[in-house]
Parts: sequence; structure tokens; C-alpha cells
Amino acid sequence: MRILGIETSCDETAAAVVENGKRIISNVIASQIDIHARYGGIVPEVASRQHLLAIVPVVEKAMTEARVSWQDIDGIAVTFGPGLAGSLLVGVNAAKAIALANGLPLVGVNHLEAHICANWLEGEKPVEFPCLCLVVSGGHSDLILMKGQTQFEKLGQTRDDAAGEALDKAARILGLGYPGGPAIEQAAEKGTPCLNFPRAWLRGSYDFSFSGLKTSLWHLVQKEQVSVVDTAASFQWAIVDVLVSKTVEAARDMEVKAILLSGGVAANLRLREHFAERSPVPIFIPSPILCTDNAAMVAACGYYRFQAGESSGYDIDVVPGLSLG
Amino acid sequence: MDFPELNSHSPEQTQLLGKYLGKLAQRGDTFLLTGELGAGKTCLTQGIARGLEIKENILSPSFVIIREHHGRLPLYHIDFYRLDHIAEIADLGLEEYLHGSGVCVIEWAERGIPVMPQDNLLIALSYVSNSEMERVVRLTPRGQRYEELVKQLETSLRQEELWS
Repeated sequence: MRILGIETSCDETAAAVVENGKRIISNVIASQIDIHARYGGIVPEVASRQHLLAIVPVVEKAMTEARVSWQDIDGIAVTFGPGLAGSLLVGVNAAKAIALANGLPLVGVNHLEAHICANWLEGEKPVEFPCLCLVVSGGHSDLILMKGQTQFEKLGQTRDDAAGEALDKAARILGLGYPGGPAIEQAAEKGTPCLNFPRAWLRGSYDFSFSGLKTSLWHLVQKEQVSVVDTAASFQWAIVDVLVSKTVEAARDMEVKAILLSGGVAANLRLREHFAERSPVPIFIPSPILCTDNAAMVAACGYYRFQAGESSGYDIDVVPGLSLG
Repeated sequence: MDFPELNSHSPEQTQLLGKYLGKLAQRGDTFLLTGELGAGKTCLTQGIARGLEIKENILSPSFVIIREHHGRLPLYHIDFYRLDHIAEIADLGLEEYLHGSGVCVIEWAERGIPVMPQDNLLIALSYVSNSEMERVVRLTPRGQRYEELVKQLETSLRQEELWS
């Protein structure tokens, strides 16, 4: 079963063709194509207009690279939330048009569920249920119990800032530039985690909180001359420590058979290492390109939804505040 | 007017101020929040949400840009942190939120002033040197609606003896 996935929930316009939820035949992200050269002028990074300009070339490229025609596609999967209403609309409307024109079934996909499904792409080992999913990105830090391929229960989430956001803001405070997550990671490699930042453990809950950590960094930088690399290493360690400790604790409590990481922060090497060291169960992490926003994960997620007998009507609407579990 | 500057001694007090503001908020209100990283913009918004009788957690919208919540009125919690160009802000399609049926609270609003409604309540949060907890909150109302709102806020805070 070949699915065309479409993703426009926030920053990336993306389309991909995936076979049986597993084999990526094509995976196109707009930032890889020179839209500027195509249309000229300045294209805003985060805006529905950019998605509008990019959507047709991106879908065409995904189809061309996959060397398929519409007859070879069995269904369309599209992110319908959470995300920016205007951005989501571009993808959902494109998906509806394609599905209608070609008489294909359509399924709306939750962006967070799609991130989790990235773990099934290119995977060699089968994932056993129940498993615990940590979705960590700039916008999310969610701990989700997965009892089956389409059964989700949210155990915890951040109460203020997401982990990726905290890393990004720390990079800004330390003058490390953008994108902040990779900038902190690079700086941290040259330093040692010798500073002790406060951790919000929120005992008795699986929630996270990273806002106090950011404020304490701000005060430290105002008060004294700090080593940027040591501070970056210490800050990153504080975040990794909390994420790994709380996830491992939840994994033990819930007696899960595996831990699945996903989202942009799952590309962080220290996070990957510490999970590998401390997890009592097998760890699954997508390759870095599949951790950030992409449409292959949407196609994979759509495949499992179709397999479960689900589909959406052609009147499907966007749900900007959609949650999972 | 002398009232509009307040000293908050803790995140809880900042939230309490937000709660009273949220109780007084009306359909179509726009609150513009400014202040450094960690100054308490999201914290104040958490209070506003409570005043709007919103039950769910209020998270920072820095990466997702807009988070929508529903209570007594809808709360559109917007954040320009990641938007460096006015064109990006102008292109977000904020009109339906700004003149919509809810309350707009906008963090890092200084980046979008030219495309914001002329009538608004500007809330500037700043650090107090040498204090981790203390913040100064300065309210600048623009337009009749917001001047009245600030007066009402002053009255309710004095009644409750929350601020002397």
C-alpha cells in the first residue's frame, strides 16, 4: 500500500511517498528546494503563503522522485493538527483536491502521532507494545503511553517551555545563534557540565518544567562572566538528565517493552547516549532527518490509520489545538 | 495616572495580577506583552487564563506561535519570539484573532507593533537587578477601553489589598 503524505503544520512544507508504513520511496522537504529561485523575492519562513508557494512543487517532486503516477498511490495522509490554522489549511486543502481528483481515500493525521510513527520507518526491529513515547521538540515535550498502533494515552507534558524551546532560548542568552538546539549541542561538546543548574523534578507527576532553568541561566549570565562552552554543556545536561530520568522512571512504572524517541530534540546525541545507557528496555530513535518535521512520518501514520479501517471525509477540517492521548 | 507600575515579588504574584486582568477581560481585547527571556510573560498569561476560567495548562507558544484555549472567552495566546521580520507577522493572518471573539495575549509583541491594533494594553515586564524573583510590571493603556480596564484593575487589586 503506497501512501502520499503531506505535512504543512508549521515551518516545513513536505510531501513523501511511503510503502506499507515502512519503506520511504521519496521524502521531500521544501527547505531543500530552492523556492526563492523559483519565485524570486523574499519568502517569509513561517507563513501560510510560503506553504502555498511550495505545496505544488513539493508534491510534484515527491511523486517524480518516487517515479510513481496517481494510479500507483492508494491513499493520501495529511496533518490536520496541531499547528497553525493557516498553514494546516494549505496542506489539508491540497490533500482534499488530490484525493477528490483521483478518487483516493483521505485520512487526517495528528502531527504528534506522526512523529511517533517515524520510529517504524526504516525500522529493522519490530516495536513491542506497550511502549513509551517521548516526543521532544521546540513546541512539545510529551510523554505518551502507546498500547497499540493507534492507542495513545498522555502521561505527562511540559507545564511551561518545551525542551527544544529551552535549548533554543539558552542559545540566544549565550549568544550562540540560530538554530539554537544544534548550536548548544556543538558548544557543549567543547565544555564540561561543571555547573549545577536546578532541575524541576515535579515528583509524583510525569510532567516537565523547563522555564525555571531558563530563568536561572539568565541570572547566571547577568551576574558573572561564564565559560560559554561549560555553561552550554551544563544546561544541556540538566535538560537531558530530567528527560531521561523521568522517562526511564515512567517506563519502569508502566512496565513498557520499549522506549521510542521522536521530535527534533531526539536528534541530540547526548540525549541518545544517555537513553542508551540508562534505559531498562530497548530504545528506538529515528534517524536525524526523520526526527524533524517531514511527510514520510505522516504517510507512515496514515498507513496505520487506513489499516485500522479509518479514513476522513472530504470535508475534513483543520484542528489547530489537536492533542494526542 | 500613577497606578500602572507594580512590583511583583514572585511568579505567584505575577499570576495573580494576570488572574485579575483575565477576570476583567472582554471579547476583542488585545494585551501586548514585552520583556526579556524569563521575565514572566508566559507566567502572567497563565494567570490571565485562570481569570478566563481556562482549566488546561498554558504552555509557551514560542515555537508553535499560536495556542488557542477555551474558557469564559477564548484565549488566543500568540508569540512572536521566532518571527524576526514584520512581513512574517503580517502574513500570519492574525486579523481573525485580533478582531475575533476572544482575548489576544501576544508575547514578544514589540516585534509586531506596526501591525497591532492601535488600541491595546501594553504590559512590560522587567527584571529588578539583584533579585531572582522580583519583577516590575508596567501597564500602558492605549485607548478608552484599556484606560477603563486599568482603572478597574486598580480598584479590584486595592479592594483585595493585593497591592498597596
